[in-house]
Amino acid sequence: MSDSIELPDLADELVSLARENEQIEVCVSRNRSTTVKAYSGEVESVRSGKSEAVGIRIIVDGQQGFATAGSLDHRVLSQVVEEARGNLQFAESDPHQGIASPDGVDSPNLDLVDPAVLHMSEDQKSSLAIELERRCLSADPRVSSVRSAAWSDGWGEFALASTTGISIYSEGGSCSVGVQPLAVEGNETQIGYAGDAARRPDSLDIDRVIEEAVQGATGMLGAKKPVSERLTVVLEPGVAAAFLGIIAGALTGDRVIKGRSPFAERLGEQVGASILTLFDDPTNINSLGADNHDGEGLAARKNMIIEKGVLSQFLHNSYTGRRVGASSTGSAVRGARSTPSVGVHALCLEPGTGDRATLFEEVVSGIFVRGVNGLHSGVNPVSGDFSVGAYGHKIRDGALAEPFSEATIASTLQRMLLDVVAIGGDFEFLPSGSGMTSIAIEDVALSGM
Amino acid sequence: MSMKAVSPLLDRNLVQDTLSEAMSNGGEWAEIFVEDRQSASADFDEGRVEAMVSSRDLGAGIRVTVGDITGFAHTSDLTTNGLFEAAQAAASVAKGGSQVKPIALGGDGLAESSARILPESVSKTRKVELLEQTNAAARAENAAISQVNVRYSEGRRRILVANTDGLFNADDQTRTLLSVNCVATGDQGLQTGRETLGYTVGFELFEEHDVEAMARRAAARAITKLAARPAPSGQLPVVIERGGGGVLFHEACGHGLEADLVNKGASVFRDRVGELVAAPSVTLVDDGTMGVEWGTVAIDDEGCLTQRNVLIEDGILTDYMWDHLRSRSAGRPASGNGRRQSYQHLPMVRMTNTFVTNGEAEPKDIVSDTKNGVYVAQLGGGQVNTATGDFVFGMTEAYLIENGEITVPLREGNLIGNGPEVLQNIEVIGNDFAMGSPGTCGKDGQGVPVGDGQPTLRVAALTIGGTAS
Repeated sequence: MSDSIELPDLADELVSLARENEQIEVCVSRNRSTTVKAYSGEVESVRSGKSEAVGIRIIVDGQQGFATAGSLDHRVLSQVVEEARGNLQFAESDPHQGIASPDGVDSPNLDLVDPAVLHMSEDQKSSLAIELERRCLSADPRVSSVRSAAWSDGWGEFALASTTGISIYSEGGSCSVGVQPLAVEGNETQIGYAGDAARRPDSLDIDRVIEEAVQGATGMLGAKKPVSERLTVVLEPGVAAAFLGIIAGALTGDRVIKGRSPFAERLGEQVGASILTLFDDPTNINSLGADNHDGEGLAARKNMIIEKGVLSQFLHNSYTGRRVGASSTGSAVRGARSTPSVGVHALCLEPGTGDRATLFEEVVSGIFVRGVNGLHSGVNPVSGDFSVGAYGHKIRDGALAEPFSEATIASTLQRMLLDVVAIGGDFEFLPSGSGMTSIAIEDVALSGM
Repeated sequence: MSMKAVSPLLDRNLVQDTLSEAMSNGGEWAEIFVEDRQSASADFDEGRVEAMVSSRDLGAGIRVTVGDITGFAHTSDLTTNGLFEAAQAAASVAKGGSQVKPIALGGDGLAESSARILPESVSKTRKVELLEQTNAAARAENAAISQVNVRYSEGRRRILVANTDGLFNADDQTRTLLSVNCVATGDQGLQTGRETLGYTVGFELFEEHDVEAMARRAAARAITKLAARPAPSGQLPVVIERGGGGVLFHEACGHGLEADLVNKGASVFRDRVGELVAAPSVTLVDDGTMGVEWGTVAIDDEGCLTQRNVLIEDGILTDYMWDHLRSRSAGRPASGNGRRQSYQHLPMVRMTNTFVTNGEAEPKDIVSDTKNGVYVAQLGGGQVNTATGDFVFGMTEAYLIENGEITVPLREGNLIGNGPEVLQNIEVIGNDFAMGSPGTCGKDGQGVPVGDGQPTLRVAALTIGGTAS
C-alpha cells in the first residue's frame, strides 16, 4: 500500500510534524524475505513476506515517549505519533535524554548494496535447498536424514531522520543457508548444524557448511559423559563469539551506569590476559555487521574495547555518553521497532598465529568445545557467574580425541578473560558479523560424572 | 463479565474470496490467519520511569498446501489487493489451476476476551503507580539492594483463522505481566534476584496478586545469594521445589514429544508410544485450557480448540503433541498444539502449559530423606537437544542439602541431564503441585508464551555445573 513512497521522504514528512519544543526521531523500514526448506528430495515449504515498520521517539523537556507499528499506512502513522506523544508525559524527566545530533565524524562510506540476491529465481533457491539436503545425505552413510535444509534471503531499506538534523538512508540484502543432518549408529542419533550467510549468493561457502554439519553430527557419535575436572578449554570461534558478546554487553555504558556490570570500576585496568585484544569494527566491509551508521544515525566507527588485556573504554550511545560526560562512540543499536540501546555491531578478536591444529598442540590436553547450550539460563552478566552445557572433543597429546557430551563448563566472565592462554590464528567472520578465532582458557571447571 | 467483539477481524466475504484466490492455482487446502496485536510496556529503572512504549501490528499469513508441500506468504496490507497478492504468492507452490469449489465457512469468527479489565482501558497513571509501588517495596527490603528494574507489559492479541475445511474461528487473548529484577551489592560483587507475575488475564491481575510481596521475594533472592558459595561440580541428587521446576519436563521430554520432531527422527522418543519411558509415578500433561495460565489459549493458531493432552500416564508414553500438518499425514485429530509467534510465521507443534501431576509424598519428607544433594528453589530457562535428549536448565536460586537439611545458598549455574534417563530417575513426587512463572519457549526462531508446573520432586542424580569439587 505504500511501496511507492520513498522512505526518506516519509521520514522527513513525519519529522515535520514536530511541535515547538519537541524533538522527534523517526525510523521507517521495509523488508521482504524468502525462506525455502527442502525435505526428502523435495521442496517442503516456501515462505515469503513483506513487512514494514515505523518507530517514533518524541522528547520534550527530557521526557521520552516511543511508539511503533508494523505498517506504514498513513492512518497508522498518525496514530503512532499520537501514541508517542501520549507516552512521553509518563516518563520521568531526565536532563540527559535527547535525540542524537550530528557529531562531525564522517561515515566510512561503504558500498553495501549488492543486488545479486534480488536476481535469483524461486527455482534456483529451491534447487539450492534440495541440493543442500542431498549432499548431506551422500556425504556419509551414517547420515540418515536431514531435519532441516533451508535457504533464506532478505532485502531491506531503512531511513532515519530527526529534528536534530540526522538524515540517513540505507538499503541492502543478504542470503543464508542452514542445514541440520541426523547421523545414526546403532541406537544412537546425533544432530549437527552449520550455516553461512553473505551479501551475495556466490560468497556462500556451501562445501564448508556441508562438511561442518555432517562432521558435527557424525563426529559426536559415541560421545560419553566426561569425568569432572578442572582443565583447559578451547572454544571454537562461534562459542568464543557467544561469550565475548556477553562480555561486550557488560562493557556498555548502559550497564555500567546502572550498576549492572562486574567491570564498572575497572576502566584502564588489566581485565584480561595480555594476548587479548577485543574491538568493535563495523567499518570492515568483510563483516556482515558492517554499516555506515549506528542506530541513531551517527557514523559507524572502530572502537577498541580491550587492548592487550587492558579495558580501554566503555561503549556509548548518545544518552549514556551524556550521562558520563563523554560522547557517543557510535554504538547505538536498534531496529525501527525499538529505542536505541548500546551494543556492538561487529565484535572482533585480534587473531593469533597458526592454524587450529597448532593451537591444539600448544594446549596439549583439555577439551575442544564445539557448542554450548543454555547460555540464556547459565550466564549471569551482572554477577559474571557462568555455567553452560558443553559438547565437543577431548584434546589429548596435542590432538583432537574422542567426543564428549552431557557436561557443563563453568567459571566467571571476569576470570575467563584473565585465564586466556592462547588465541588461534583461525580467524573467520561468522554469520552474526563477529570476527572470531578459537581461544584457549585454562582452569575451567568441567562437570560430568 | 466478558466482552465479545461485534464483528470479525476481517470481513467474512473477503476471507472467503482470499481463500478461493489461494486455491486457484491447484492447491489442496488453504488457510488464512489474521492477527491484530496491540501491546504496551513501561520500564522503571534507577528509581524512575524510563520510557513507555506502545506497539501495534496487524497482518495476515496465508498458507496453501499441495501434497507435502506448503506455500506461505504474509502481508501487513489487509486490502483485497494486498491479501490477493499474498494468496497468489502462497499458491505458487501449486502448479496448474483447478476449479475452485465454493467455500462455506462455519462459526461466527467472534471470540470472548480473556480479560475482565482490558489493560488499555486503565490509565497510564495507574500503571506508573504500580511500578513505583513495586520498586519501593523491593528497595525497602534491604539496604544492600543497589538497583531495581520493574517492567510492566500488557498485550492483546486478536486472531481469526479460516480454512477451506470451513473453519472460521477467533480468539481474543490478553496477557498482563509485571517482572522485577533486583541487584544486590556485597563484598564479593553483585548478585541478582528476579520474580515474574503474569497470567492470561487483564488488569484484574493486580486485584488478585500482591506486587509488594513479589518485589520483596525478588529482593530477598538477591540478598540471599550475596552469601552464596560456588555450586558443586558433578552428579548429585537434586530436589526441585514445586512450581517452576516444570521447565525440567518441558526440556527433558516436552520438546521430544512434538510430532514434527518425532516425524523427522529428531527425537529420542520416536516409536516409543506404549512403552514405559519414565518412573511409574510420572504423569505428564500438556493443557492449553488450563485456567488463566500463561500458555492458555481458547484455540491454537490453526483454529483448533485446545484441550488437555495426557502425554505420559503412570510412566507410559501415551501420545505426542500434534498440529494440522502432522496430524493430517498421520490420519488422526490434531491436539490443539499448532502455534506461531505471529502472522509472519508458519505454525508448528508447540507446547502450551506442560506439567507433572501430584504424587503422594510430603515435600518436607522429600528433603529430609535426601542425605546430601542440591535443593533448587527457582529455575531459569533451559535448552534441549531432542536428538540425543541431553538438556540443560539454569538454577537461579539453589541450596545445598546436607544430612537432610537445606543449608547454604549456592551460586547460579546450569544443571545437565539426559531426558530419558532423568525421567526414569524421578525417585519421589510430592503432593504440593503448583504452576511456575510465565515463560517464553523458543523453537526454530519463534517464541510463544508457555506455562510449566510440577510438585516438589527428587531426581536421583543430575550433573550440577558448578566449580566446587
